[in-house]
Amino acid sequence: MKKILTALSIGLLLGNVCFAETAEQKGLAIAVEADKRDTGWGDSSTEMFMTLRNSQGQESKRQMRTKALEVQGDGDKSLTIFDEPRDVKGTAFLSFTHAKTPDDQWLFLPALQRVKRISSANKSGPFMGSEFAYEDISSQEVEKYTYKYLRDEKINGKDCFVIERKPTYEHSGYTRMISWIDKTMYQAVKVEFYDRKDSLLKTLTIAGHKQYLSKFWRAHQMEMVNHQTKKSTTLEWKNYKFKTGLSERDFDKNALKRLR
Amino acid sequence: MRAKKYLLLVIVTLSAQPVSAEWSGSVTYEYRHFANAPLYAGQHGDNSSIELQPEFHQQWDNGRQLFSFVPYLRADEGDAARDQTDIRQLSWVKAGEVWETRIGIRKVYWGVTESQHLVDIINQSDLAANPDGEDKLGQPMLNLALIGDYGTLDMFVLPYFRDRTFPGEKGRFHGQYYVDTEQEAIYQSKDKQQHIDYAARWVKSIGVWDIGLSRFYGTSRDPRFTTGLNSKGQPVLLPNYDLIHQTGLDTQATIGSWLWKLEYIHRSSDIESYNASTLGLEYTWNGVFASPTDLGLVLEYLHDDRGEKAGTPFQNDFMLGMRLAFNDAQSTDALIGVIKDAHKDTTIVSVEASRRLGNAWKLSLEARYYEKVDITDQALYSVRDDDYVQLELAYYF
Repeated sequence: MKKILTALSIGLLLGNVCFAETAEQKGLAIAVEADKRDTGWGDSSTEMFMTLRNSQGQESKRQMRTKALEVQGDGDKSLTIFDEPRDVKGTAFLSFTHAKTPDDQWLFLPALQRVKRISSANKSGPFMGSEFAYEDISSQEVEKYTYKYLRDEKINGKDCFVIERKPTYEHSGYTRMISWIDKTMYQAVKVEFYDRKDSLLKTLTIAGHKQYLSKFWRAHQMEMVNHQTKKSTTLEWKNYKFKTGLSERDFDKNALKRLR
Repeated sequence: MRAKKYLLLVIVTLSAQPVSAEWSGSVTYEYRHFANAPLYAGQHGDNSSIELQPEFHQQWDNGRQLFSFVPYLRADEGDAARDQTDIRQLSWVKAGEVWETRIGIRKVYWGVTESQHLVDIINQSDLAANPDGEDKLGQPMLNLALIGDYGTLDMFVLPYFRDRTFPGEKGRFHGQYYVDTEQEAIYQSKDKQQHIDYAARWVKSIGVWDIGLSRFYGTSRDPRFTTGLNSKGQPVLLPNYDLIHQTGLDTQATIGSWLWKLEYIHRSSDIESYNASTLGLEYTWNGVFASPTDLGLVLEYLHDDRGEKAGTPFQNDFMLGMRLAFNDAQSTDALIGVIKDAHKDTTIVSVEASRRLGNAWKLSLEARYYEKVDITDQALYSVRDDDYVQLELAYYF
């Protein structure tokens, strides 16, 4: 009875009344709802600060700025400009994510003023030498995973859905991910990543969520711990801005060359 | 009172437009060790140089306008021709919704292949800096880009010609006669360096394809050479810059882990007319050796239909390259390349590797080895004993 009530209330919540919902349907419904709640932000810009720590505790810093543009009916466009380390200052990364086909990616190398189209097959590779893989920081489109609802669980006193995701795209470094989705925000607060051999590889802890335009939640701190190498990376966001008037023209190959 | 109001308005307007302005740049110490004694009298042995490249960039108008100033200074121990002051960039860029203007001294790169850059023609090579020709001199230009669903159409007016730099008499990488840049070069155009060159390029990305079509009319960046005498009455080479027409095509298909590349040019002058091309492919394995290392293999074929009459040694050659990116916190990487003639024994081996030290330093290694150079590959034959290993330590501020 309790189960049916839960299913019913979630069905109502999702505007999708369905009594005999399977775990897969429920998992997908949660992802769709999270995506729906994060629709309409238009464009955003933010600063990112990354600290890499190796197993001896030595630190290495990264600093970058990112701009993002919401694209209706396809994946988002994003632009990342590197500020630190200083030898890569001015390097920029342009990405057009797609829900069903591989992403389009270009890299701008300031020393040569060269724009290079790069392969987006490098999903599992480390981003800037960190514990974040490219696939961890790219736009999370609903179609990129299959879902399965596992259970409800409390984290730090907050009610969460626990769902399992499996990548549908090629070249992923993961067999599956287990995500804890906060029920009030519909935002992940913790993710476990399982490698190709299905052993626990990394745990991501997500904190400091703030709401923008009284609707869109954004996390401000993440910590990724690699259990196999004992390395970790923290990522912090500052100065989030929304609807700053960016257009497609700020996310093309010409824009890459006038970034600083 | 009114003035105060206006002042207030100006302050409010200015502060409403965030401006990001900053200086950065690098200082680099370079040490070159030559494996062999020089072939010609007066050429130096091991050599040091120092480079300074400060950069000032100011961006405003929500990223739609950019001012850049990048001067460049180099001082060399053994070769006065490598002492140099240049402005790599002094430009203003303004972007509209369907257009972009870029005015001033800039660097523009065209092309996709790695072994040689046939299509790339806007900037002159700073060959004194590095024999690979990848260092470029700043080029004054007026550039208007029209941008739409049709792609980007770039149009260039290039009002001033930059002479190529060459190592001097005491430098390495020259033949029996060095290239004398002290005296005026020979230009086909009566306007000499003032000849106005024109260029246009259309680029578009369609799915996995990136396509570029280009056209250039003006003074060739690649000189021919005739012999002359220097101020001391010794024989030297003098660069001859012809007027040329060049049509270029560059395209890349990015399919999974594969990159397929093609660069093709047709170039004609009063002296010659020829076709040259580079055909390439690249495959990258991510996460090899049970580590985060990426391993890439590059294979390119270089062709020039002038054959043995070509000014380039790369008329019928293959390049095989291996790229390693360790993806560590120090961004350690290495590129090993071998260019070999299809019929002759001429072989060039090149190694480039770099690693960041701390947050602001970078150590780079570069080595080139010329093996069994055929006497018919003139440009390479004269530098056959200039094998070198170079270490560079750069500080970034």
